[in-house]
Amino acid sequence: MTTNVINDQSEHDSHDGEHHDHKMTGLKRWLYTTNHKDIGSMYLWFSFIMFLTGGVMALVIRAELFQPGLQIIEPDFFNQMTTVHGLIMVFGAIMPAFTGLANWMLPMMVGAPDMALPRLNNWSFWILPFAFAILLSSFFMESGAPNFGWTFYAPLSTTYSNGSTAFFVFAVHIMGISSIMGAINIVVTIMNMRAPGMTYMKMPLFVWTFFITAYLLIAVMPVLAGTVTMVLTDTYFGTSFFDAAGGGDPVMFQHIFWFFGHPEVYIMILPAFGIVSTTIPAFSRKPLFGYSSMVYATASIAFLSFIVWAHHMFTTGMPLFGELFFMYCTMLIAVPTGVKVFNWAATMWRGSISFETPMLFSIAFVILFTIGGFSGLMLAMTPVDFQYHDTYFVVAHFHYVLVTGALFSIFAGAYYWLPKWTGYMYNDTLSKWHFWCSLVSVNLLFFPMHFLGLAGMPRRIPDYALQFADFNKWVSIGGFAFGISQLIFLVLVIKCIKGGEKAPAKPWDGAEGLEWTVPSPAPYHTFETPPKID
Amino acid sequence: MTNGESQNKLSKQAQAKANDASVNKTVKKLMLIVFGMFGFGFAMVPLYDVFCDITGLNGKTSNVAASYNAVGIDTERTITVQFLTRTAKGIPWQFEPMVNEVKVHPGERKVVKFYAKNESVNAIIGQAVPSVSPGRAAVYFQKIECFCFNNQPLQASEDVEMGLQFYVDLDLPEDVSTITLSYTLYDITSSVES
Repeated sequence: MTTNVINDQSEHDSHDGEHHDHKMTGLKRWLYTTNHKDIGSMYLWFSFIMFLTGGVMALVIRAELFQPGLQIIEPDFFNQMTTVHGLIMVFGAIMPAFTGLANWMLPMMVGAPDMALPRLNNWSFWILPFAFAILLSSFFMESGAPNFGWTFYAPLSTTYSNGSTAFFVFAVHIMGISSIMGAINIVVTIMNMRAPGMTYMKMPLFVWTFFITAYLLIAVMPVLAGTVTMVLTDTYFGTSFFDAAGGGDPVMFQHIFWFFGHPEVYIMILPAFGIVSTTIPAFSRKPLFGYSSMVYATASIAFLSFIVWAHHMFTTGMPLFGELFFMYCTMLIAVPTGVKVFNWAATMWRGSISFETPMLFSIAFVILFTIGGFSGLMLAMTPVDFQYHDTYFVVAHFHYVLVTGALFSIFAGAYYWLPKWTGYMYNDTLSKWHFWCSLVSVNLLFFPMHFLGLAGMPRRIPDYALQFADFNKWVSIGGFAFGISQLIFLVLVIKCIKGGEKAPAKPWDGAEGLEWTVPSPAPYHTFETPPKID
Repeated sequence: MTNGESQNKLSKQAQAKANDASVNKTVKKLMLIVFGMFGFGFAMVPLYDVFCDITGLNGKTSNVAASYNAVGIDTERTITVQFLTRTAKGIPWQFEPMVNEVKVHPGERKVVKFYAKNESVNAIIGQAVPSVSPGRAAVYFQKIECFCFNNQPLQASEDVEMGLQFYVDLDLPEDVSTITLSYTLYDITSSVES
């Protein structure tokens, strides 16, 4: 018995020693790493590269739409651009950026030494580049890239596919596996690795939102995997899930897809709520107003996301009862979302506010995301949706929630934690330039789209009627300005990694949380002995 | 190593083991959800059909012949039944209803004919897929015999008259006075041959 224990111990020791054995160098460090900070950094860099890639595609779209008529690209290539832009921004930019933030911050916030499943973590990152390599390689194939929209409605992706469906399906499968593994890791970490004394209701709201988001991912990514599998077999193996000739139903595609698709949009916004719920209290120097109501609001949004999917399909000829049901459920989401917005406002109320860049992005988030939320409410109304459906109004709506919503929150989080990651303060002047250029250009880019949509300009069409020319010109100028503004961020981050003013352990005097109790930059290993929480 | 230290180490190790076990347990539970939801995606296919069958949503009519069992004919009401046809992309057939609309009383049996001609130089197997509008009338539209129950092979330049025998249920909602039956014709040659 005793010897056993001793053996165990020595094994344990040597294992421990191996674990501490310092970082490998060069490429191997990044290939083999199981360290949550390394993996978080890789996720963040990967998502930024994808953000620029998808951004270039958006600029190709805006260049074509600068003037009416066809000038630069063929309509088929235009369709490929809209499709791959959407796929890359959703699965390549926003989602990995959130996973990166989760990897970096979650273990530190709950006082854990690492994620619960470090090897899985390594794998879930490293399969992502392959997924996007498959997707992007289709540009160099004879058939071209997917051109059926990121929503890949059957029969566009089956009967009328240009031959890229297989690339698309396998790429989405790999992205889905990566997301599921990442989500499992997050849930397991939060459930098992919290420091002693950190009860669920003591977790930072950031942790809560990722916890709930991870559950959404685990619930709906497998449904997406099923959907793409059905598309694959319909296209290549003669099944008829979505083919009316064989007894299937193309409308069913939309039901299954949006059963995944609607929770998916909350997967991209709930973590954003978590980030601004961290930054706004820090720079208002007040605790978050209504913490528990925030937790319940997040959970109810997550629940409601499962019963509103058909509001994307009002024009498919649903029965009246269905339209009413999905309309009311959708409007119900405004209640918990309103709770959140009011809580953020109440947190700032009579706070001692200072306007550092993370706070600027957070305030812009609250205001602009709310605009996106309101246009969402307008779209939720069935009768008016018949007018707005598939117009630029929809494009304006989801870019307000995803760009000025999700993306701005990621910027807020990045600025907030950059000192912790790099050990240096970022260049304040550059960050202010980045914020103001982004803010002005993003509104020039997306706000006129509301008017274009209300006037009837359809989305995903490379040409438009002459009366839309002026607005489109402004939108395109805004688009290019917004794209160029993001290069400021790239320069700023590189400068911040290379050096700058030394960051103290807690550079923001109002910041709360365990991540500020470790030095900046955060050491390679943190919280090997769990901290005590009162 | 002092006794206290080793005790401490031991308890740490035990803690790590317990932690590993609970991690494994959580992972297993979550994997069950993943596989369950993957299955649920596919289960939505039959569920969707069942849901549409029961409610008649989506204008889907039954693919099985109905037996005529109306208890009487409601001569008070007259329903207009309209026929539409369309050919899916890629099937070079002429396909038309021989009458565009008929008036029927609920419970009354009616036979109508559709005309199809293969205008290509190849033998083609066609399949007509029906859809009823308004959707909620679909469950009340009973087909006793329909060419859409089977596929229809036609040689090059061959033509055929295809029959449909139907009646409208007595329980058809009061506010429905017109039913439109639309057929879309698909080329299913390749899938039948394989």
